[in-house]
Amino acid sequence: MAVLANRRGDTAAEWARARDRRRNRRRRIPLLPALLFTIVVTQIPFVLTIWYSLQSYNLYHPLTRHFAGLHNYTLLFTDAIFRTALVNTVILTLVPVLLSLLLGLGIALLLDRKVFGRGVLRTLIISPFLVMPAAAALVWKFTLLDTEFGMLNYVLSLFGVHHTDWINNYSKGTIITVLTWQWTPFMVLILLAGLQSQPADVLEAARVDGAGGWQIFRRMTLPHLRQYMELGIVLGAIYLVQAFDAIFMITSGGPGQQTTNAPYYLYEVAFRSFDIGRASAMGVVVVVITIVVATFALRTISGLFSDEGMEGRL
Amino acid sequence: MSAPTLMRTPRAAGTGTRTARSRMRLGSLRSAALGLLTWVVVLLFFFPVLWMALTGFKQESDAATTPPHFIFRPTLTQYSSALSKAGPFLTHSVIITLVATLVVLALALPAAYALSVAPVRKWRDVLFFFISTKMLPVAGAIIPIYVIARELHLLDTLIVLIILYASLNLPIAVWMLRSFLLEVPMGILEAARVDGASFLRQLRSVIMPLITPGMAATALICFIFAWNEFFLAVNLTTSNAATVPVYLVSFQTGEGQFWAHLCAGATLACLPVLIAGWLAQDQLVRGLTMGAVK
Repeated sequence: MAVLANRRGDTAAEWARARDRRRNRRRRIPLLPALLFTIVVTQIPFVLTIWYSLQSYNLYHPLTRHFAGLHNYTLLFTDAIFRTALVNTVILTLVPVLLSLLLGLGIALLLDRKVFGRGVLRTLIISPFLVMPAAAALVWKFTLLDTEFGMLNYVLSLFGVHHTDWINNYSKGTIITVLTWQWTPFMVLILLAGLQSQPADVLEAARVDGAGGWQIFRRMTLPHLRQYMELGIVLGAIYLVQAFDAIFMITSGGPGQQTTNAPYYLYEVAFRSFDIGRASAMGVVVVVITIVVATFALRTISGLFSDEGMEGRL
Repeated sequence: MSAPTLMRTPRAAGTGTRTARSRMRLGSLRSAALGLLTWVVVLLFFFPVLWMALTGFKQESDAATTPPHFIFRPTLTQYSSALSKAGPFLTHSVIITLVATLVVLALALPAAYALSVAPVRKWRDVLFFFISTKMLPVAGAIIPIYVIARELHLLDTLIVLIILYASLNLPIAVWMLRSFLLEVPMGILEAARVDGASFLRQLRSVIMPLITPGMAATALICFIFAWNEFFLAVNLTTSNAATVPVYLVSFQTGEGQFWAHLCAGATLACLPVLIAGWLAQDQLVRGLTMGAVK
């Protein structure tokens, strides 16, 4: 009897497991097309990038292609321009992210009040983010920052400031300004959503208890906004690390290598010199660095995406 | 003795209300000042966009001047000539973004379903796999993509950008659609499943009508990113499939002096996304944060 019961229990458990497996297999079907597509288009090229990075391979001299081991990597680590490009990437990512976060916080706080024409204001403030980056670059390069006819120098001349060649003398500053201008609206949107998700009754209670505006901001608003700021920083950094459009259009990485970041340098090596091997090695290094940053980023994001809404669905 | 007290009491009361009133006036003054500051700051941010669109209405003789001409006789010459020059680029961009967005929705909706409504066992890992591909820089993949496209004679074809833009937007769409699906009351889906509706039927007659606004918002976000994409377009296309951003490259140096024409072209390039973004305003945050912020 005991043996029988046990066996029956076993088969029941096995059945349940088999049913689970079948169910899981069935449930996997709708996922497969998207998953396969993503793996083929994003993962396979990366594996090939690693493969190419181990070869001496120039598209202009395909016949000399041969296995080169880590040669491309040794070239890379002795390449002063690559080091400059990495430093520039950090600067041209961090500074615009932090500046746009600060500006975005200020503007979000202003917009979170009762202000005349709030809908219009919101529509206007998101516009810089929607403008095609290549178009924004042109508008800044010519109509705003041009030495002779640019709007900035005109406005400054009213205050007696002499004409300045902004793009050549302050190339990093130029790129940072344009990127900050484009990304501030993004931060405004996220932080404004954060501000508006603050429970009004709690704020009201604090006010009744005699808390001042600054106290409420520091003790309640800022901690509440923290996860929104983190999200803004992470997402902003993901995109800005790849900044290319503004650099390509405004400075072409110059003067010298002052605004050459990793994506732009890779572009030069790959599509100006057609050095596939070296450019691939660069791609691999950039990806490795990104993975380190992304691991941290994913942890931040995963805190935000709790299992909310998933109860009872498994 | 009583008289002065009497005299003083109303005065004291008077000063009391006066300070309250002046405090209130100060408050509303502060509020007005902050309102003004808000407008100034926002208009400052908007100015480059406005200036771009305005300069497009100028004659070239009004465009690059010192001092800048704020008042001028508007003309449509630049816009119409930019439109005819940008014509093929606009066509390519429209086809590529539309098809890519349709592909994304077709792939992402079932995937989002399998990650929310009827989740596979490792839904969390899959979800993070998708998002991690978004974090991989294009730099890590562009070279093989270029070499393969060259081998297959796909360089400068619409199909290359369609595939790449679909893969670029797929993670965003999966996450975003999933966040919409999670908002559908489970009872409705449960009822459809108990009724024995097949997956495709559930999708078509239950889920899609319920999340139409979510799908529209997702489509708009995908459209915005695909339309503005520059790096891949510049490196993989030259003429037969060149998109609007590639059209703008022609202004980078040579035509730079013709500011009115440049601005008209730039405005035309931006207009579709500006309109899409303004329309999708309420869903924009959600799209940009992949559903994390609503």
